[in-house]
Amino acid sequence: MPRQHVTTEVNGEPQDFLCEPQETLLDVLRDELHLTGTKEGCSSGDCGACSIMVDGRLVCACLMFGVEAQGKTIETIEGMAEGDKLHPLQTKFLEEAALQCGFCTPGFLVAAKALLERNSDPTETEVRYWLAGNLCRCTGYDKIVRAVMDVAAETRET
Amino acid sequence: MKNETQEFKWVGKRPIRPDGVDKVTGRAKFGADMHLPGMLIGRVLRSPHAHARIRSIDTTKAASLPGVKAVVTGSDFPPPPPPVWQAAGEVPVNFRDLARNVMARDKALYDGHAVAAVAATSAAIAEEAIDLIEVDYEVLPHVIDVKAAMKPDAPLLHDDLFTDGVSPKPDKPSNIAKRMEFAVGDIEAGFSKADVVIEREFTTKPVHQGYIEPHACVVDSSEDGRLFIHCSSQGQFMVRQFCARVLDVEISKVTVVPAEIGGGFGGKTTVYLEPTAGLLSRITGRPVKMVMSRTEVFRASGPTSGGATKIKIGATKDGTITAAQATLAYQAGAFPGSPIGPGCMCAFAPYNIQNVNVVGHDVVVNRPKVAAYRAPGAPISEFGVECVIDEIAEKLSIDPIALREKNAARQGTKAYYGPTFGPIGFVETLEAAKQHPHYSAPLGENQGRGVASGFWFNIGGDSSASVHINEDGTATVIEGNPDIGGSRASLAQMAAEVLGIDYDKIRITVADTSSVGYNFLTGGSRVTFASGKAVIEAANGAISELCARAAKLWEIDADAVEWVDGEARPAGDNAGDFEPMPLSTIAGASGKTGGPISGHASLNVKGAGPGFGTHICDVEVDQETGRVSVIRYTAVQDVGRAIHPGYVEGQLQGGVAQGVGWALNEEYIYDKDGRLDNPGFLDYRVPVASDLPMIDTVLVEVPNPNHPYGVRGVGEVPIIPPMAAVANAISDALGVRLKDLPMSPPKVLASLSNGGSRTPS
Amino acid sequence: MDYKAPNSIDEAVKLLAEAKGAARVLAGGTDLLVQIRAGLAKPPLVVDVKNIPELRKISTDSDGIHIGAAVSGAELGEHDEVKAAWPGVVEATELIGSTQIQGRASLGGNLCNASPAADTVPALVAAGAICIIAGPDGQREAAVEHVATGPGQTTLKNGEFVTEFRLPKKLPRSADAYLRFIPRTEMDIAVVGAGVYLTLDEKGVCQQARVALGAVAPTVLLVGDGSKAIVGSSLDDAALDRLKAAASAACNPIDDKRGTVEFRVSVAGVLAKRAALIAKQRAEVN
Repeated sequence: MPRQHVTTEVNGEPQDFLCEPQETLLDVLRDELHLTGTKEGCSSGDCGACSIMVDGRLVCACLMFGVEAQGKTIETIEGMAEGDKLHPLQTKFLEEAALQCGFCTPGFLVAAKALLERNSDPTETEVRYWLAGNLCRCTGYDKIVRAVMDVAAETRET
Repeated sequence: MKNETQEFKWVGKRPIRPDGVDKVTGRAKFGADMHLPGMLIGRVLRSPHAHARIRSIDTTKAASLPGVKAVVTGSDFPPPPPPVWQAAGEVPVNFRDLARNVMARDKALYDGHAVAAVAATSAAIAEEAIDLIEVDYEVLPHVIDVKAAMKPDAPLLHDDLFTDGVSPKPDKPSNIAKRMEFAVGDIEAGFSKADVVIEREFTTKPVHQGYIEPHACVVDSSEDGRLFIHCSSQGQFMVRQFCARVLDVEISKVTVVPAEIGGGFGGKTTVYLEPTAGLLSRITGRPVKMVMSRTEVFRASGPTSGGATKIKIGATKDGTITAAQATLAYQAGAFPGSPIGPGCMCAFAPYNIQNVNVVGHDVVVNRPKVAAYRAPGAPISEFGVECVIDEIAEKLSIDPIALREKNAARQGTKAYYGPTFGPIGFVETLEAAKQHPHYSAPLGENQGRGVASGFWFNIGGDSSASVHINEDGTATVIEGNPDIGGSRASLAQMAAEVLGIDYDKIRITVADTSSVGYNFLTGGSRVTFASGKAVIEAANGAISELCARAAKLWEIDADAVEWVDGEARPAGDNAGDFEPMPLSTIAGASGKTGGPISGHASLNVKGAGPGFGTHICDVEVDQETGRVSVIRYTAVQDVGRAIHPGYVEGQLQGGVAQGVGWALNEEYIYDKDGRLDNPGFLDYRVPVASDLPMIDTVLVEVPNPNHPYGVRGVGEVPIIPPMAAVANAISDALGVRLKDLPMSPPKVLASLSNGGSRTPS
Repeated sequence: MDYKAPNSIDEAVKLLAEAKGAARVLAGGTDLLVQIRAGLAKPPLVVDVKNIPELRKISTDSDGIHIGAAVSGAELGEHDEVKAAWPGVVEATELIGSTQIQGRASLGGNLCNASPAADTVPALVAAGAICIIAGPDGQREAAVEHVATGPGQTTLKNGEFVTEFRLPKKLPRSADAYLRFIPRTEMDIAVVGAGVYLTLDEKGVCQQARVALGAVAPTVLLVGDGSKAIVGSSLDDAALDRLKAAASAACNPIDDKRGTVEFRVSVAGVLAKRAALIAKQRAEVN
């Protein structure tokens, strides 16, 4: 099958690529565009390590074909900081030790950012359910949930 | 929470970890993130049978597929090395079995056992080629359950395996690889003194470490036989040694570059893909990348043992435990080597008991070879022990913490497995738990509270480190342990403390095997303790040199200079004669005083401080569905000294989460043909964020005298108490004692309809 | 594998009808991509229906609510009108997978994947929803319970695909509810699912009811005896016990890695009862 030409926007920049129809967007991001910050943990939508934003929706990159990205706007972890200025969630995760191995961290950050953009005052339960599709095996989630809620609180104050 | 110490500038603080920015921006390179020019993709063909003789493998179709560059089977590997056991992490290894686990030879011994591998120009071609390999299997009877495997008529995995540790030496092969026994006192006399004796049988299921990053490597073989291995593991030196042995090359020809590691928990203390990728690279002359799918991770790596245990404990009316007996059988998987040893030694270690008898069995079954998992072996035996202790407390109407306190091991207690404990903090954890508001908080309807404790040895071992003083007054620390949860931070904090310079003046690097002296792997809760000692000693070496250089500049004797707060000061007779000279000044002048300034240490570190923890768990049970929710959790642990309390708390919280998963939902499920039925995160149910409450931590600090800052290992103890804490809480809520893990809803519901009382006790 | 993303229903029908071999419809892809990855599906052609405007629309008219078959769970959950009228259907949709899955998964995919454990199907069946099916012979309607015939099997013919769901106009003092049991709090496949829709009269007596169960038989069950158990009652304890017994009696489940027969039978009754109580409370304030 010939490779198809796909035109997208990735992290604010126009980006086109060639891919075979059965390649997932995760394959394209990691292997074609070398945006390896988006991680592969299961390839079945069960771990959330490949969380990205597509047209403003939080999705798993492993559950989307690369060809489906035609005309779409994609945001990945690599676009989260603005220049050398970390996003408040990135800073808070560091300050509060909300990561251990760091493998699930990009997915959690992308998912948490999506939450806070929709809900500036989430309860602990809302944070936990919103992030239930992101597995972390290291932290027991405690510090992650606290970091997200602390960023929400600080953002509301400013 | 313990007050953070004021006496240190960096130890006990919570600085940003040195690798932090890379890990929140996606910059950090994990195992699968490496791309090399001309790289091929490798894939593994795995046995669909639990037990089968491999009559033949025909690779011709696969090899002729365009894009396929190499196909290998077991016969392409060097002959397996002799079966000599050696220490290799927390569970011993023999390289014959390791080689046969990496690639099956005459028999496939479990669903998922590697039987062949290919390297091709793309993943799609490699996968197509795998489907074209034709294996002629003779399917053999299999055995999955540990008790079934111990029966005399069970299907035998290895006809050359004879039970070790029994006399006379058996003349018939068996699936029982080893029997071991630990005994002190007179067990029968002990039980005869008891007023209450409780004996219970427990089972636990194999559970997977569940790291989110699948195993991954890129291996590049050079024409002169050198191997460059880039991979995610718990120890680059382990990978170097294991690959050298399996591929029969000299260690000096193998360089292993440690990638960032996406979780291990013991599961990355061995190799699966690396030797195969090395062989494929050697044949093709190109780099080969291999990454496991999640299904492969479950079918072929880890897990830890499932176990069948029988625990018998006797106590007098006042709560004194007079005797304790355990019979343990642990699944090793397809090759001998379960963590039965530590399981036996830890079972009763938290308690000072005069009469103890523990018998353990290491049993092979048609499952993947077990790997270490966080305090390997201890959770399985201590689960049963902590449940029986709780039942004795209930029977004697003694508070379960008070009962534990009465029998607790203290400094000077001689453990039944040998050593006499130095300063330990078990009693302190019990006290802190008792005082914690959680322990006296009211409970609602259908709720219950459970307590359990846990013990783990912690280890030291070989560590090397270097500290280089840079000419601008910064320092570079070179160490050799993959950073799995913040150890760069804790090591850098200790270096900053010793050198007396700011933490952000230190850059720490986890070096490849050619760039730092030997380091034993990241495991056994050893890094901050043992590699911490190496870093401290290397820093002290650099300080000696710094003092010597200052002395040279001052033209006084080197031993007349002391190092205080990051500067050299004249001491003794010369005190006050010169202005103190800061590190940056000495570093800047190093070219004139003798060249580069460094310190090095290569140590065999002894004196790891044993770790104890006590947990309190509240559950709520839905009596109509059997669902158990953990609604409150507090973990108390003696951590010696928390260098970075944030990451220490994280170890406790993470261990609890894994333990709760083990308690409630995680299990390997096999079908009748011996195939794993739940090899994915959908049906292998690790806890998700909404399954857990906040996990409160209390860090008790009883310093380990064998470390300059009092460090004890902290990573493993926290996974031990949760299973019993949850079970004891369910018992408190329902009056039903569950003895089989996981305590999943069908089991809880069945226990209620099988005579459990529906009214809380 | 070939991939096409047509812009109209007619074009999609043509592609599907003319495909050689088993072409697959792609909406959210949260089942299809997993099946392809696991080697369980090897379609020569995938027809992405998300670019067809009708399949992405939610609208209301005098007949009720029209939901495009490729509308994502997240979009449905953000639609206040649907949420107010059919909270059970929306809850069922929102139970599918994680937030990430919600960004993609659709009602059409959940129905046509034909898993007995699909969360939305018992809710849709209880609600009396019908679906619109486009095909080479034009358009047809089918009750939701008549689409799946067994695990992975449907009555859809070659070239047919579901384009839309229609939920009836909600009656006064009526409401629906859906509950499912999973071992964890999220991310599992339903071990049992129960949807209930009921209408009360002014005195609070149940006038009509539909009870549907998922994951307890090869297809979702519409439990006639369940409605009989509560119609005419004010959902007192005795009626709820009858409903519980009827739901358990209707089950024909299997033992598998997700639950035992005994467990499913028992919990089906519990969930039917609990869902009926929620529906009752909602109907009372409607």
